[in-house]
Amino acid sequence: MASASLSNAAAAAMHLIDYADPAAVKQVPTRNGFGEGLVEAGRRDENVIAICADLSESTRMEAFKKAFPSRYIEIGVAEQMLVAMASGLAATGKIPFIASYAMFNPGRSWEQVRTTMALNEMDVKIAGAHAGVSVGPDGATHQAVEDIAIMRVIPKMTVIVPCDSVQTKQATLAVAARFGPTYLRFARAESAVITTDATPFEVGRAQTFRDGSDVAIVACGILVYNALVAADRLAREDGIECRVVNNHTIKPMDEAAVVAAARDCGAVVTVEEHQVHGGMGSRVAEILAAQHPVPIEFIGVQDRFGQSGNPQELVEEYKMGVSAIYDAAKRALRRKQSRT
Amino acid sequence: MASLSPERLDALAEHANDVRQGIIRSLLAAGSGHSGGSLDMADVFTAMYFELLRHDPKNPDWPERDRLLLSCGHIAPVRYSAMAYAGYFPVEELLTLRQFGTRLQGHPERVSLPGLETTSGPLGEGLAQGTGMALGAKMDGADWRVYVVTSDGEHQCGLHWEAMMTAAKFSLDNLTCIVDRNFIQIDGSTEDVMPLEPLADKYRAFNWEVFECDGNDIGAFIETVERAKAVKGKPQVIIAHTLMGKGVSYMEGDYLWHGKPPKPEEAETALRELHAARELIGANRG
Repeated sequence: MASASLSNAAAAAMHLIDYADPAAVKQVPTRNGFGEGLVEAGRRDENVIAICADLSESTRMEAFKKAFPSRYIEIGVAEQMLVAMASGLAATGKIPFIASYAMFNPGRSWEQVRTTMALNEMDVKIAGAHAGVSVGPDGATHQAVEDIAIMRVIPKMTVIVPCDSVQTKQATLAVAARFGPTYLRFARAESAVITTDATPFEVGRAQTFRDGSDVAIVACGILVYNALVAADRLAREDGIECRVVNNHTIKPMDEAAVVAAARDCGAVVTVEEHQVHGGMGSRVAEILAAQHPVPIEFIGVQDRFGQSGNPQELVEEYKMGVSAIYDAAKRALRRKQSRT
Repeated sequence: MASLSPERLDALAEHANDVRQGIIRSLLAAGSGHSGGSLDMADVFTAMYFELLRHDPKNPDWPERDRLLLSCGHIAPVRYSAMAYAGYFPVEELLTLRQFGTRLQGHPERVSLPGLETTSGPLGEGLAQGTGMALGAKMDGADWRVYVVTSDGEHQCGLHWEAMMTAAKFSLDNLTCIVDRNFIQIDGSTEDVMPLEPLADKYRAFNWEVFECDGNDIGAFIETVERAKAVKGKPQVIIAHTLMGKGVSYMEGDYLWHGKPPKPEEAETALRELHAARELIGANRG
């Protein structure tokens, strides 16, 4: 068959790379995009500062530390302090990015996030690194799969989960230039780069990466790539055309795009590297239950903790791989067809 | 430093008396709230708003102002009362405390009322935010100071100690922590609930400069703050020894008054005592 991806008008419009060609797909951790974006944000605005809780290398804050040593603050292993102190710095006009692993930031500091950042309306940006089971060998203690839920439930928070390293850089720059308490989530493992610098990015605006009207696959984070590969396989093997939506902003979610996907396709699969309880898919379900109910299948961690392993085998174990998405889309389609 | 004149001390005592009356009246109107700690910090907040702070009640967002943070947000009535009498908002607004639509939320919300600096209530967070502000001032070369009022009970929170370490690391001599040392928390004596002593030694071990004073002696407290401000290279703590419920005889020293308001007849008694005390202020000088 012809290249399933680049023949797709949506992919072209979004300036995606030819993700169906393995040779064209680079593997880069999303955290690298954060590191690059933070340095650039620092160049653009001298109020941007970085605070780290003893993880400057693995959260990729190191480049900012080298570029702007007087604007880099190291506070040690103290994640509650990380948030509350950043709120104090924000009160003096700084734009602090605070980094640790998502499990601790915001996992450990939730009440400080709610009180000192959100209720207090402070312009702090939480950079949650090492989110998801794809953290790998470190195991369940370090694999945040509940963080989207605990952040999206807080009023005034913005929650963003970019799909690759290029988009993580774009998102970092976007949130630095936009007022408001924000949670930016990214991952440790190398993952497919599917967007380019030309791909438009706007907070709160979902992106259609693939056209289709049989089933809508609404995904976020590094699993967007798996969703695209699954969609191509569905087209190739079954003649099923899926719309794939990169739903990078969990809050405020692009409700119009979600409703349009449900209306146009009549069935939805949500895909996220997070508990299915309370995450991106739950928000999609809330929107659709109220505005346009359709069958929904949820790909994500099914109320379990993570474990040690390599990223790929963990993604498979937790049923978030290409074949799991492929199967879920066919289930969703069957449910849709059985309704008519 | 020059010590305060007797006339000035009398004027401050009258302000503190006003502040206490405002506390009683607002708590009575609210029907809930924390009496004991609010009353015992009336002298500290009077000293702050009427003598020590660089501030402008008509311009609460003035960038060069000193920052006064109330970490233990449950004693909001004392801050609201002091702010009202200092001119931030009309004194009558104190009677809206804790009511629907009020700017005087049960625990202080920065976004609701100008001049609060932070949103507080969840304990142990004020010093952390104050540390951030003091570091921000240092980064900008600004000369305003940060004062953080804390309860003794909230020293049981781990975050407070994270902030103590951090403030010392960055040599934040523009940061002063004030401890309301009344030895009382909701469940009883701090030393029974979770001992804090030796509190001064703990601060010293964390590389803080430690001062202690009578937190219900306005003159002594002001002089102590002036000495703290002269410290270079280290954050300072003032352990202000206070008497819970200070100024209302039946509340003094009784932990049961930590978290409840006076009933109407109790408020009447309290206001009668405060009026009588006010009459004596001039007499003391004579």
